[in-house]
Amino acid sequence: MNQISLMPKEQHQRLLQRQQSEVSVIWDLLDAVKDPEIPALSIWDLGVLRDVSREQGRVLVTITPTYSGCPAMNTICADIKSVLAASGITWVEVKTQLAPAWSTEWMSAKGQQSLRDYGIAPPDDGEADAEGLMPLAGVRCPHCGSHDSQSISEFGSTSCKALFRCNACCEPFDYFKRI
Amino acid sequence: MSEQKQLKQATLEYAVRLGDDALVLGHRISEWVSYGPFLEEDIAYGNVALDYIGRARMFYSYAAQLTGDDKTEDHFAYMRNEREFSNLLINELPKGDFAYSQLRQLLVDVYASLFLAELVKSKDDTLAAIAAKAIKETRYHLRRSRDWVLRLGDGTQESHNRAQTALDALWGYSHEMFEMDALEQQLADASIGVDVAALRGQWHARVSDILIEATLVVPEDGWKVRGGREGYHTENLGHLLTEMQFVHRSHPGCQW
Repeated sequence: MNQISLMPKEQHQRLLQRQQSEVSVIWDLLDAVKDPEIPALSIWDLGVLRDVSREQGRVLVTITPTYSGCPAMNTICADIKSVLAASGITWVEVKTQLAPAWSTEWMSAKGQQSLRDYGIAPPDDGEADAEGLMPLAGVRCPHCGSHDSQSISEFGSTSCKALFRCNACCEPFDYFKRI
Repeated sequence: MSEQKQLKQATLEYAVRLGDDALVLGHRISEWVSYGPFLEEDIAYGNVALDYIGRARMFYSYAAQLTGDDKTEDHFAYMRNEREFSNLLINELPKGDFAYSQLRQLLVDVYASLFLAELVKSKDDTLAAIAAKAIKETRYHLRRSRDWVLRLGDGTQESHNRAQTALDALWGYSHEMFEMDALEQQLADASIGVDVAALRGQWHARVSDILIEATLVVPEDGWKVRGGREGYHTENLGHLLTEMQFVHRSHPGCQW
């Protein structure tokens, strides 16, 4: 049956990969690993978790960095090992893969909602400009829902975020910027 | 040495060069942290520095992998002396005032946007992957440095003068970005490296557009400084390395 998916292609492929995996149990376990700087978001929802496989008893987890200098990668790596160790899986290798480069398109719909609930505007709540970069105004405020907002700085509290101010409720907020 | 082995050695050196460029500039930018003109700019500098240091880690990790022994990225960052660093001189110049740092950033960001767009096509998968990662970040860096140059150049008399002074002081260091030596030529011929000499025209056009819009005078080409790629540096690099490498050299292998 032909179906028109509402999900971006990249996300659909990730979902298929997870569902068809022989080690789907391990994917499920890894849902417990969160981004240390945004604890609302699991590494799956963020799109950082690339692949899980098992070769002769050894579990290989592949992750991809969001930004080049993201200091969270070391912590994520350690968290993956400790979460799996808690379930008795101790022979684990975590590999970092660069290509294809991570993109905000990989973030799941649930991930975007979790960000919103946490007070961070997800990438989809702002239109990209002609160059595919973040907008300088008009991002939906995660607090009051108004689109009347403006950028204060394109560089925020972490590499992946920009700083905005809502003109309607006057609250500042972080925007997870497009890349 | 077989041709393939020689190409691998050249790729290693190339990765170290690009790592050096990123690390030295990243460190320079990080010197602005807590000295920015206001909090948001302070944070922006911290972010850009982090992007560059992340790039350095990727290039150095790849270089370490190519050595085939047990070297790590830390060897390249912390255990080499000034003469062994091969970064472009423009990246090691002291941060100067805010106008100076932003003008340098503009010259380097326009260069990076052109360079990375070529490196993405490299036949070397790892170099191409690092470039694909970095190019997205560079778009944000460039948007910021361009905005600041416009604001400073077309701002007050004081900011205009400082921007023009910085530009004139930096221009002679820009030529080195487009120089090819035998190693880079070999890698460009093998479609692994970038033919930077071919980028100069585009770079000049793009930079000039922005400078003119900022009411600044595009300097005439005059004196040119070179030598970074061969390890001949200004005195500034030694001081930078002293500070950057101190902890690692005092406590080798220390972890916490």
